[in-house]
Amino acid sequence: MKPAAIWRAAGLVVLVGAAAVIPLAKNVTVTHVGVFVLLYVGAAVGWNIFSGFTGYISLGAAVFFGVGVYTVALISKHLDLVGGVVFALYPLAGLAAAVVAVPFGLVALRVRRHTFVVVTIAIFFIFQFMASNFSWTGGVSGIFPPFLDWDPNTFDMPFYYTALVVAVASAVLAWAIWGSRFGLQLRAIRDDEDRARGLGVKTMRVKLTAFVISGFIIGILGGLYFYFQSEALPEYAFNPFFDLTVALMAFIGGFGTLSGPIFGALLLEPYLGYAQYQVTNAYVAEIVLGALFLVVIIFLPRGILPTAGEKLTALAAGWQRRAASRDTGPPPGTPGSPAGAAAAGSTASTGPAP
Amino acid sequence: MGSLIRAITDGVLGGGVYGLMAVGLTLIFGVLDIINIAQGILVVLGAYLTYVLWAHLHIDQFLGLLITIPGMFILGVAIQYLFIRPLRGRERTSMSLLACYSVAIIIEGILYQIFGSNYVSINDYWTSPQATVQIFGYYLPYIYLLGFALAVVSVMAIYLMLYRTQFGRSVRATMQDHTAARLVGIDVNRVAAVTFGIGVAVTAAGGMVFGSLNAFNPNTGYDLISRLLAIVILGGMGSIGGALGAAVLMITLESLVDVYWNPEWSVVVFYAVLVAVLVFRPQGLFGRKEARAQ
Repeated sequence: MKPAAIWRAAGLVVLVGAAAVIPLAKNVTVTHVGVFVLLYVGAAVGWNIFSGFTGYISLGAAVFFGVGVYTVALISKHLDLVGGVVFALYPLAGLAAAVVAVPFGLVALRVRRHTFVVVTIAIFFIFQFMASNFSWTGGVSGIFPPFLDWDPNTFDMPFYYTALVVAVASAVLAWAIWGSRFGLQLRAIRDDEDRARGLGVKTMRVKLTAFVISGFIIGILGGLYFYFQSEALPEYAFNPFFDLTVALMAFIGGFGTLSGPIFGALLLEPYLGYAQYQVTNAYVAEIVLGALFLVVIIFLPRGILPTAGEKLTALAAGWQRRAASRDTGPPPGTPGSPAGAAAAGSTASTGPAP
Repeated sequence: MGSLIRAITDGVLGGGVYGLMAVGLTLIFGVLDIINIAQGILVVLGAYLTYVLWAHLHIDQFLGLLITIPGMFILGVAIQYLFIRPLRGRERTSMSLLACYSVAIIIEGILYQIFGSNYVSINDYWTSPQATVQIFGYYLPYIYLLGFALAVVSVMAIYLMLYRTQFGRSVRATMQDHTAARLVGIDVNRVAAVTFGIGVAVTAAGGMVFGSLNAFNPNTGYDLISRLLAIVILGGMGSIGGALGAAVLMITLESLVDVYWNPEWSVVVFYAVLVAVLVFRPQGLFGRKEARAQ
């Protein structure tokens, strides 16, 4: 394994280990927020597998989430399921979302850039309105699950560990895709779709596959949400805030990177989850979130992790160069253009940006 | 028959106002190549500004525009200068979306903090029952006609600015080709800032009319922006005439569905039409093919 892979694996193991012991503290609030954190980690990673790798920004992730919520809700309503068997429904929720992703993708992936973003928003709203207007979805009053008579002190535990498994599995899947031929095709699409097609990448098929995978992951998390929150309401199952939060997490951590979405979700969701408890200051929380993101944009335009990584690389390069020049004097031909500055400067592309 | 005429009148007059807001959005897109997702909440902000001037300072809502339009213009220039201009590189498109969204939630949070979540509306003389005109057997409040007239005048002003002034020439040049515009000596940064300012300034007028026709709260921005985006995409991104046409078309369609079918579903029809059109014409109804290129 390459050093980067070892670091990554080590980081993952440390994170998973830390996440696994947190519920042992038996603090109900912490575990409850923890479920949301893991849920968002999984969702951000799943979102990133499609949007981050291909560069197509989807603001329709909540469609998959909502489909997952309603799949489990409808099944459990008709079969009146309680007990551990509900956990067997999550793959079905993912499957349903994956099935929805196919026509969704076939329509939306015909257009690019801004138009794609808007089409995903439009499809999202169609789903939200369907959920609130069909009679079989329960309309605006939604669906509530049969009562689970679990001990309230440990109620969140099974959800916590399921969410942890889903989050880790999707992170590993993202890692596997990243280095694979499929992942390279996705990244080729992000860099230049027309050229990728010219080189023989079946762009539509590749994009659609990634879209379906990301839908599957987010759908499972939606299924988990139903019994955890004990509700399927149109405005929370199909929530525009979910769309934007997931995207925001991936961007803050580092868009299109492997660890960026995980980092972004770990950073943001504890704050958002905590803010939910502070109902009096809910709007202040919103303002802080917006301000935080604007600060990231201005000072770390490519997300926290990539920018920090570049700064470190530049710093290390600077040290090496200084050490080298102490030994042999400055190398000819490169006066006044330190390698570090060049490395950092490479982030600022010369694109036509007003 | 009466309800048909009513639906079409409502659609056309209301569509004109949406057209004005959409023109701001499409102008910003054309020049800066970004989507100002904050446009919806800025319309709501414009409505609240008019509301405050009317309810607390007793300034007529049309006179108030003399204050709110310059105010919103300055706000627009400030947003562009602070948050849009620093963005560079490959991720600029997506980052600008999220930057605008951040601005939107900050404004939304501030509005919630000040006004709460109660719905308010502007009930000046122009919306009162005395100020109506009888057309085809039903009473139409003046505000519909005045709002439509205001929208038409504003769009005309923008059109004249674009096609009859030196500055408009620079704007159109920048829309066509940034690099070439820069090469012939156009200050692209200034054009971008002023365009963003104008695009935001129209929300003061749009918000004033919107707030007189509808009750609103800070959450209304989401509904507005999704409609505006659908209109702008349908009209073809960056096309001013397209935005106007699509706005009138879509709002008329919505009000027809409202009358003949079911108000619940009018919004779904709105988005379904958008998706259906894009399946067959990815560049929108009036857009050129380039809209698709990456």
